[in-house]
Amino acid sequence: MAGSDLVMYENEFKKIDEELQKLHQQANATVVFLVDKNGQLIASAGDTQNIDTTSLASLTAGNIAATGGIARLLGEKEFSILFHEGEKDNIHISLIGQRVILVVIFDHRSSIGLVRLRIKKASEILTKIFEDISNKAEKEKVEGKTTESPFAEISDEDIDNLFK
Amino acid sequence: MYYCPGLCGKTTNLQFIYKKTNPEQKGKLISLATETERTLFFDFLPLALGDIRGFRVRFHLYTVPGQVFYAASRKLILKGVDGVIFVADSQIERMEANIESLDDLKINLAEQGYALEKLPYAIQYNKRDLPGVAPLDEMNKLLNTDGSQWYEGIATTGTGVFETLKGVAKHVLLELKKHY
Repeated sequence: MAGSDLVMYENEFKKIDEELQKLHQQANATVVFLVDKNGQLIASAGDTQNIDTTSLASLTAGNIAATGGIARLLGEKEFSILFHEGEKDNIHISLIGQRVILVVIFDHRSSIGLVRLRIKKASEILTKIFEDISNKAEKEKVEGKTTESPFAEISDEDIDNLFK
Repeated sequence: MYYCPGLCGKTTNLQFIYKKTNPEQKGKLISLATETERTLFFDFLPLALGDIRGFRVRFHLYTVPGQVFYAASRKLILKGVDGVIFVADSQIERMEANIESLDDLKINLAEQGYALEKLPYAIQYNKRDLPGVAPLDEMNKLLNTDGSQWYEGIATTGTGVFETLKGVAKHVLLELKKHY
């Protein structure tokens, strides 16, 4: 558990959300998701009402994990971009930093060229945001300046009550 | 994460949990399986357990494929694991497979930088209803030398399924609280 946690605060989440909204508009995408490599949905933009975002996040992470395994067998570090073309919808999946997966779903109203162009710019910004998040956590750890635990108030009884 | 040799009851555990959980607390049960219903890559079931002090608590339950030749897939799915349930097949003739699978689990965890003894973990001794099952103390001697929490199970009827899940889930939350 310890090595793979992602702790994000509201202002950081806002920056990520703004970037996804911008990408969604500029790429003319249907939906844009950001997913943790472990399969947790981090943020989304667009019309997600008819999409099972939880399953999509988990399957995307599984997809990246499987193709990562294939890459290593072939002597590649990873395949950082995956593209699946459907009859109506297409899905572009790319790795941001080492940790996060960007998923863009688009249809005939956009094009793979436009999507890739917009993703390139968005990736740079998102990579920087996640680097800052990671550096901040590392810095606080080193300086011993951890903020009060967000779980400090949770008692063992609270946890017990969840399972009643 | 539910882990064990092929046909021990991982998917059956998840199917029972899915069947008995309220619709508003569960997502879809995703099963990536072969045509003969053997898990090919993973099963996935998201569960919402409720809120604690303003925090929404959600668990993602995964199973790994148990068959030997899916070893590469098992390694991938273990990444980021927070807790493990080892489902052992109680039939005497499956004991060697149980031991091999447990060793496989420890090796795969170590490759990811985890140690089983440091993770929230429990063993479920499944298929207790079948004839020819090993006695529990013998199973503990072979599979549980560390004295971890264990549960009896009959996944097809649901016996022990929720008890096992609750035990490990509670442990995961307590560890999370400790870690932060």
